Amino acid sequence: MKLTKAWTLLALGLAGAVFGTAAIAQKKYDPGADDKEIKIGQIGPYSGPASAYGTIGKTIGAYFDKVNAEGGINGRKLKYLPLDDGYNPAKTVEMARKLVEEEEVLLVFNPLGTATNTAIRKYMNEKKVPQLFTATGATKFGDPKNFPYTMGWQPPYAAEARIYAQHLLETQPGAKVAVLYQNDDFGKDYVQGFEEGLGDKAKAMIVSKVTYEVTDPTIDSQMLSLKASGATAFLDITTPKFAAMAIKKAAEIGWKPIHYLTNVSVSVSSVMTPAGLQNGVGLLTAAYVKDPTDPQWQQDAGMKDWLAFMAKYNAGASVTDNSNVYGYSAAQTMVQVLKQCGDNLTHDNVMKQAANLDLTLPMLLPGVNVKTGPDDFYPIEREQLAKFDGKTWVLFGKVYGR
Amino acid sequence: MTARQRRIAWLLGALLLAAAVVLPFMVKNYRVFQFNLVLVYAIAILGLNILTGFNGQISLGHGAFFAIGGYAAAVMMDRFGVPYWATLPVAGVLCFGLGFLMGFPALRLGGHYLALATYALALAVPQLLKWKLIEPWTGGVQGIVLSKPEPPFTFRLLGQPLNADRWLFLFTCAVAVLMFVLAHNLLRGRIGRALVAIRDHPIAATAMGINLPIVKSTTFGVSAAYTGVAGALGAISVAFVAPDSFSVLLSISLLVGLVVGGLASIPGAIFGALFVQFVPNVANDLSKSAPWAIYGVLLIGLMYLMPTGAMGLLRMTWARWRPAAALDPKPDPALTTRRHST
Repeated sequence: MKLTKAWTLLALGLAGAVFGTAAIAQKKYDPGADDKEIKIGQIGPYSGPASAYGTIGKTIGAYFDKVNAEGGINGRKLKYLPLDDGYNPAKTVEMARKLVEEEEVLLVFNPLGTATNTAIRKYMNEKKVPQLFTATGATKFGDPKNFPYTMGWQPPYAAEARIYAQHLLETQPGAKVAVLYQNDDFGKDYVQGFEEGLGDKAKAMIVSKVTYEVTDPTIDSQMLSLKASGATAFLDITTPKFAAMAIKKAAEIGWKPIHYLTNVSVSVSSVMTPAGLQNGVGLLTAAYVKDPTDPQWQQDAGMKDWLAFMAKYNAGASVTDNSNVYGYSAAQTMVQVLKQCGDNLTHDNVMKQAANLDLTLPMLLPGVNVKTGPDDFYPIEREQLAKFDGKTWVLFGKVYGR
Repeated sequence: MTARQRRIAWLLGALLLAAAVVLPFMVKNYRVFQFNLVLVYAIAILGLNILTGFNGQISLGHGAFFAIGGYAAAVMMDRFGVPYWATLPVAGVLCFGLGFLMGFPALRLGGHYLALATYALALAVPQLLKWKLIEPWTGGVQGIVLSKPEPPFTFRLLGQPLNADRWLFLFTCAVAVLMFVLAHNLLRGRIGRALVAIRDHPIAATAMGINLPIVKSTTFGVSAAYTGVAGALGAISVAFVAPDSFSVLLSISLLVGLVVGGLASIPGAIFGALFVQFVPNVANDLSKSAPWAIYGVLLIGLMYLMPTGAMGLLRMTWARWRPAAALDPKPDPALTTRRHST
């Protein structure tokens, strides 16, 4: 095998020499890739306030180890360079510059955080180095016209909100909706997506919109005013601490609307339990990955593979943490892009292939796919609804989106 | 200082300056950017040193002034189209005012209580920056993305062009030199002696006719102004500000840099800045899983090796090699911190 490859190379080389053209131009490289290796940078909060997310980057590294152990991609090993920014955007800029200018990586993969990704987006696009599959749901990271080297991965917040809108229109077209949202990018993305999803009916259906600040001590007054609006449906766009408060307060004041809760705050241990498990019964949310704590996946082949991977390459990491499913699935998407790139490992081709995906992944819910196009920089847009039964989230109904 | 020492100081200064001009053309852009941040931190630490090292007021909240300076520059550049260089004096004046006001309550709070009050400031500012009413200017949590200033002229040195990063480094360097010279003039004269007198014995200082409230508040203001200018320079070179960029850790880092560099030492700020900028990266290279543990070990080790900071170590070595220097008939009072005054 090796010999034939050598002969082929020699033949190609001779052909190149004979015809005076670069016949080997089949292989194209930008800094960060060569015949043996592909350098992939990553930036995440390995220290600091958000260090719980650091496990994502470690899982990605473990998955790349697995890929390398199995022979690499098209004969090339992956060299993974994760750097710590402590969730500090100023540090992210420094780290991105280190990866691009000093380490000369082919791309920066899955940098985590909204402000951190915003901080480096302009720079990455000026340098024309891919900022690929960012770990944030902010809708702005799918803007191929203005930022052709930046692409998200997980469902954008707005897409999730559109799903809630669609479900509401299907089940309760006459509902009056109250919206509570955090006054920042995250909250505004949701509201915009929700209004788009309702379309013409948005004005008539949304009877109340109230915000809170992350610095607010409670949201009691907001909840009272939302109830007073007479709404029958409640879109709850809150981060975990406030989500628990909202669920609890709604129960206390005896308000029982159809309650949609953002996917950001579905943790049973840190939201549902403090809110009171019985208060959360009937809450709706949307999901796109298989939850490792959900018993229905026990016999699932994808779940078994994931558990085997975790045991062999990522021992010590939690097998109940959704973040490790996230990192695994994101890394698989990355590997697929590099496979598609073949021997043309340039910044431009990486983006071209990233914008040419249509695949399913073993740890995404059945029916949820990864699909991109030159004008579609949102890889995952499908999600399924889940209802809280007092113990866990139970999936139901069809897969929504796109 | 004797005439000879002064000559040596000038010579050293000139050499350093020449090195600073050539340096950016010898390394990669990314390194230039890092050295630029070193200068930024050096100015900030110098500001803190004026307050803590010379005047003895401990501040755990200088990250707040760094943030305000940074935001002042960013808002002016982004929303009002002010050129980057013009934002520095405004950031400085703004922070002077705020620092002066902060200095008033500081008068009533001594030692640890002042440290806590300033710590509260460091905690509050990042959250206040997200405030709804000022969001049209600050961009809320999203922050502000800036454009790097282009060099006004261009030339090549050592085969390398003057690009945006190198230009910014030279610009920052010029500002840093100005700030250091100003600090030197301020601290090596009557005012500097007053500051040290207040630090070492406030009652005696009052008895000698020093107006304690005014001097202390003004010192707080000047200190904040330095840090504010540094914050503005930092925002310009990072080309992005967001509330998360200015966490409490920044304030602590500045204090760490101050102690590592050497209390009450003007050049010490540079050593402190080198530590603040590079040691976390080194720690991260050594261990991905526990970078801050490594950082802590390095810090403790350094404190054992040089309890009076980098400048203290340099002075001690100098004194050992040149006994004559130690027998300087008139030791500069500001040079001797309380710790090793006899």
